[in-house]
Amino acid sequence: MKVNNSLPLEYSTEENSLKILGFWIFLGAEIMLFATLFTSYFTLVNRTGDGLTGAEVFEITPVLVETILLLTSSFTIGLGIHAMRLGNKKAMMTFFSITLLLGAGFLGFEVYEFVHYIHEGLTLQTSAFSAILLTTLGTHGLHVTVGFFWGLFILLQIKKRGLTPETANKSFIFSLYWHFLDVVWIFIFSFIYLKGMM
Amino acid sequence: MKLKMKWALFTMIFTIATVLTGCEPLLVLDPKGPQAKTQADDIMLSIWLMSAIVLVVFAILIFVLIKYRASKQSEDYEPPHIEGSPIVEAICVGIPIIIVIFLSIVSVKSNYEVEAIPAAYEDQEPLVIYASSSNWKWHFSYPEEDIETVNYLYIPANRPIEFKLYSYGPITSFWIPQLGGQKYAMSDMVNTLHLAADLPGEFMGRNANFSGEGFAENTFEVTAMSQADYDEWVEEVHETAAPLTEETFEELLEPGHLGRSTYTGTHLEFSPAPDHDHGSTNSDAEESEHENHGSTSSDEQSTHAHH
Amino acid sequence: MDFFERFAVPHPSFLIYGAMVSIGLTMIAIVVGITYFKKWGYLWREWITTVDHKRIGIMYLLTALLMLFRGGVDAIMLRYQLSMPDNKFLESQHYNEIFSTHGVVMILFMAMPFITFFFNYLIPLQIGARDVAFPRLNALSFWLFFMGMGLFNISFIIGGSPDAGWTSYFPLAGNEFSTSVGTNYYMIAIQIAGIGTLITGINFITTILKMRAPGMTLMKMPMFTWSAFIANVIVVFAFPVLTVTLAMGTMDRLFGTNFFTTVNGGMDMLWANLFWVWGHPEVYILILPAFGLYSEIISTFARRNLYGYKSMVASMVAISLLSFLVWAHHFFTMGQGALTNSFFSITTMIIAVPTGVKIFNWLFTLWKGKIEFTTPMLYSMLFIPLFTLGGVTGVMLAMSAADYQYHNTMFLVAHFHNVIIPGVVFAMLAGLTYYWPKMFGFMLNEKLGKWTAWLLSVGFVLAFIPMYITGLDGQARRMYTYSESTGFGMWNMVSFVGAAIMAIAFVLLVYNIYYSIRYSPRDIGSDPWDARSLEWATHTPVPEYNFAITPKAASTQAFWDAKKNGHELFPGKLEKIHMPNNSGWPFIMSCIFFAFGFGMVFSIWPLAIISLIGILGCLTYRSFEKDHGRYISVKEIEETEAKLRGAKK
Repeated sequence: MKVNNSLPLEYSTEENSLKILGFWIFLGAEIMLFATLFTSYFTLVNRTGDGLTGAEVFEITPVLVETILLLTSSFTIGLGIHAMRLGNKKAMMTFFSITLLLGAGFLGFEVYEFVHYIHEGLTLQTSAFSAILLTTLGTHGLHVTVGFFWGLFILLQIKKRGLTPETANKSFIFSLYWHFLDVVWIFIFSFIYLKGMM
Repeated sequence: MKLKMKWALFTMIFTIATVLTGCEPLLVLDPKGPQAKTQADDIMLSIWLMSAIVLVVFAILIFVLIKYRASKQSEDYEPPHIEGSPIVEAICVGIPIIIVIFLSIVSVKSNYEVEAIPAAYEDQEPLVIYASSSNWKWHFSYPEEDIETVNYLYIPANRPIEFKLYSYGPITSFWIPQLGGQKYAMSDMVNTLHLAADLPGEFMGRNANFSGEGFAENTFEVTAMSQADYDEWVEEVHETAAPLTEETFEELLEPGHLGRSTYTGTHLEFSPAPDHDHGSTNSDAEESEHENHGSTSSDEQSTHAHH
Repeated sequence: MDFFERFAVPHPSFLIYGAMVSIGLTMIAIVVGITYFKKWGYLWREWITTVDHKRIGIMYLLTALLMLFRGGVDAIMLRYQLSMPDNKFLESQHYNEIFSTHGVVMILFMAMPFITFFFNYLIPLQIGARDVAFPRLNALSFWLFFMGMGLFNISFIIGGSPDAGWTSYFPLAGNEFSTSVGTNYYMIAIQIAGIGTLITGINFITTILKMRAPGMTLMKMPMFTWSAFIANVIVVFAFPVLTVTLAMGTMDRLFGTNFFTTVNGGMDMLWANLFWVWGHPEVYILILPAFGLYSEIISTFARRNLYGYKSMVASMVAISLLSFLVWAHHFFTMGQGALTNSFFSITTMIIAVPTGVKIFNWLFTLWKGKIEFTTPMLYSMLFIPLFTLGGVTGVMLAMSAADYQYHNTMFLVAHFHNVIIPGVVFAMLAGLTYYWPKMFGFMLNEKLGKWTAWLLSVGFVLAFIPMYITGLDGQARRMYTYSESTGFGMWNMVSFVGAAIMAIAFVLLVYNIYYSIRYSPRDIGSDPWDARSLEWATHTPVPEYNFAITPKAASTQAFWDAKKNGHELFPGKLEKIHMPNNSGWPFIMSCIFFAFGFGMVFSIWPLAIISLIGILGCLTYRSFEKDHGRYISVKEIEETEAKLRGAKK
C-alpha cells in the first residue's frame, strides 16, 4: 500500500481517498433520503385526522437538551479529528468517547420523547402526521444509533491497532457521517419542532 | 437487401397509420363535445407535426445509409474526423425549441380550456352531477334534480355539465372519450370535470384507472338527449323510482358488479363527498372554506388555508 | 393450519401448479447436477465469492437473460388473453398479477441488471482501470439484487404475486383492497434490490471520477462511460426517494400507519407523487447507458469518430437534470389544475430537445462514414427510426389536455414500449453481440443475429403500433378482457401475432448462442471488430488484472489512434499488481437479507428480527475485518501475458 506522507493520514493512500469520495457521494444519497422525508412531512403536517397536532405534544425542554447534546458532540468530534491530525491518539480517543456519550445522551432523551408522545396518544398509527413525524425523527434516531455502534467499533480498533492510514480513514469518514446527522438535526429542530410549536 | 426490408417496415407502419383514418373513426378522434373537440384538434395537430419530424429523421437516415454504406465505397476510403459544427448543432437545438415553444403555447391554452366551462356554453348554468365510484360501479347523483342512477348517465345535450368526481375506494378515472378527457376520482378530495355534449347520442364511458379485479367491467353508458326529453325522464324517475335509503346505498357500495338502477333522492345527505374540492378555473364552485383534511367525516371545526 | 394458509397462492390455476412443479424440478436438477459434477467448490471460489467486476458483470447478465425469459412469458400470456374478446384463458386476478409482475420484472430485474452488466464489464476496461473502486461492495450489490429478485420471483407460487400494477398505487395497494401478501413482496423485494443499485451508483461514480488512466480527462472518456457516469448520478439522487417510498408503503401494510390510507389524514396521492419522482429518473437511468452503447457501436461501424462529442455530453447532463422536473406528467389527470399541468407539460416537452440532439448526432456520425451492417449496427439502425417514433408520441403525451384522453389507455402502453424496446432492449442485444467476442472469445453468428434483429423489429411493429389505435378507440390499459362490441378484437389479434414473432426472435437468439458455442471459430483475436476504445486493447479472455501495464490514453478513441498512428499505448514496465481478495460475506449477508425479506413479507417477526441481527452482525464483522488483498507478482503477469498473447492474431 503506497502511503503518501504529504497528505493527511486519512487521505494518504489511494484506497483512502476513494473511500472518502465514495462516502461524500453516499451523503448525497442520504440528503435525498432526508429530503424525501421532509417533503412528505410538509405535505402531511396538517393531516392529523382525529389525533393530536405537533403543537399539542411538542415540549421545548427535551428538544433543547437534545439539540445541545448533539451540537456539542459535533464539536467534540471535530476536536477529535483535529487531535488525530496532530497524531495525538489519546486526545482523539477521549474526544471520540465524549462524542459517543453525548450521542447516547441524545438517544436517551429521544426515547423519553417518544414515550411521552405515546402516553399522550400520539402513536405511529394515529394519523398521517404522526406517521411521518415519528418516521422522520425515527430515521434520524436510527442513524444516530447505528453511528453510535459504528463509532464504538472504530474506537476499539484505534485502541488495538493505533492510528494507521486505515483507522484514520475510518475515523474521518465517521466524523463526516456524524456532522451530517447534526446538520439534519438542525433542519428537524427548525422546521419540525420550532415551526410546529409556533 | 437491408434497405428493401427497411422500406417494407416503414411502409407497413405508414399503411397501418393510414388505415386508421380510413375505417370507422376512433372514439377520441370522433368528438361529440367541445372539450373532446379541443383535445382531438390538439391530437391531430401534434400527429401532423410529429409525422413531419419523423419523416425528416427517416429521410436523413435512409440517405446516409444508402450513400455511405461500405459496400459502395473503395477499400481504402478513410472516413474523415469531424468533431462537430456549432451551426449544425444550433439548428438541431433551435428548430426543436421552436416546435416546443409552439406546442407549449397550444398546450397551455388547451389546459385552461379543458378545466373550464366550454366557451360556447359560458352563459349557461352548468348542471352539477356527482360521479362517485365504488368497486366496481359508478353512482351518479343529481343534486339539482334529486335523483340518482347507478351505472348509466342521462344528460341534456347542449348544456354544460360539471362533474364532481370522487371515490369510495381506490383511485378511479372518469372517462367519456367522445365528450372529453378523463379525471381521477379519489377518496379524499373532489375533482371537477367540465364536459358537454354538442348533440344527442349514446356514448361509451368507463373507469380508466386500474382498480382491482372488477376493473375491466367498470363501464357506464352515457345518453345525451334534448332538454325536453331530459326533463321528461327526470319526472318519470320521480314518479316511478324507489327512494335511495342509507341501507340500500350501503348494499350498493359492496364490491361487485351491478346492472343499472335508478333512485329518487341522492346519497349526498347521508354520505357526502369529501370536503376538499378542487374546483376549476372559472366555475363558481368553492375554493373557499377548506376544512381540516384529517378525516372524511364532515364535523371538523378548524379551518385552515391549503395550497 | 392458519399460519400456513398465508403461504398458499390465493387463486391457483393449472398454470401456477405447473410452474410450481417445474421450478421445483429445475432446482433439484441444478443441485443434483452441480453435486454430481463436483462443482460446488468451483462455484464458491470462482463465482459466488468473486469480487472481479467481469465475473460480477456476467452474473448480472445471466440473471437479466433469465428474467427476460420470465417477463417475456408473462407478456405472451397477456397478449394471448387479449387477442380475442371475452377470452377465458386468464381470469381477472391472474391477469392482474401477470401484468404487475411483467412490469416489475422487465424494468427492475431485466433492464436494470442488463445495464449493470455493461457498467460492470465495460467501465473499468474503458477507462483503463484494474477494477472498480469498491470491489467488495460491487459483489454485495449483485447479491442484494439477486436476493431481491429471488424474493420477488417466488411470490407467484408462495403467497401470491403483487396485483396492483408495477406502480402499485394506493389505496389499491393497501391492506383493504390488496389482501394477499403480493404487495408486501413488491415493497420488500424491490427495497432489497434497490439498496444494491444505490451501492452500484456510488461505486461507479467513484470509479469514473478517480480511476481513469493517465491522460484520460473527463472530456476524453468513451461515450458509454459518460452515459454510465450520468446514469449513476441519477441513481444516487433518485433511488433514496424509492427507499423512503417503499418503506412508507411497507409500514402502511405491515404496521398500520396512515401514510397513504383513506382515513386518519392519509394521502393516497402522495404515493403517486413520490413513486414517480423516482420513477421518471428511473427510465432515464435505463435509456442513457443504452444511448452510450449506441454511440460506441455506431461510431465503430461507421468507421468514424462520434459527431458532436461535447453536445452529446451536454445533452445527457441536461436530460439528467430535467428528468427530476417532469414527474407529474405521469398523472396529469389527478386534478392538480391547469397551472401545475402546464409547468410539467413544458418541462416534459423540453426534455425531448436534448434527446433529439443525440439522434441527429448519430445521423451525422454516419455522414461521410463507411457503414458496415453488422448485427450490432443493424440494431442501431433499426433503433433510430423506431425510437424516434416512440419519442414523438412522448411529445404528444406531454400535451396535458390531450393526455386527458391518452392517459391510462393502450396509447400510453404503446408509447413506453416504443421507447423501451427499440431504445433499451435493442441496445442490450446489440451491446451483447458487440462485446460477446471480447468476453467469450468467439463471435455470435451474424446471419442468425440479423434474422433476430429483423424479426424483433417486425414483431415489435405488429405488436405495438395497433395499441396506438385501440388506445384512441377507448381501450384502457390493464383491462383483462373486452367485449366483442368494442371492436378491439382485430387489432389485439394483430398485436398477439406480433408478440409471437418477437417470441420467435428471442428463441432464435437462444439458438444463436447455442449454435455459436458449438460452431463459431475461436481464433478471432482480441479486436475482431477493429474497434476504437480501450476495452478492445485487452487480451481475450481478459486477464484478472485487465491491463498488465496501465494504458496512457490521450484521446477520445485512444485505441484507434494507437492502431492508426502507432503511438505507445502501454508505456512503462511491469510492476506487481495489487488485487482484492475474494469474499463470501456479500453472499452470506445477502442470504440473510433474503430471510429478513421473507420474514417481513409474511409477518414472521422472529425470523425478521433474527435476520436483522444477523445483518448487523455481518456489518460488525466487516468493520473489524483486516483484509488488504494480495499481490500478483511480475513473474505471474509475464506468464499470463505470454499465454494470452498466443491467442492474439
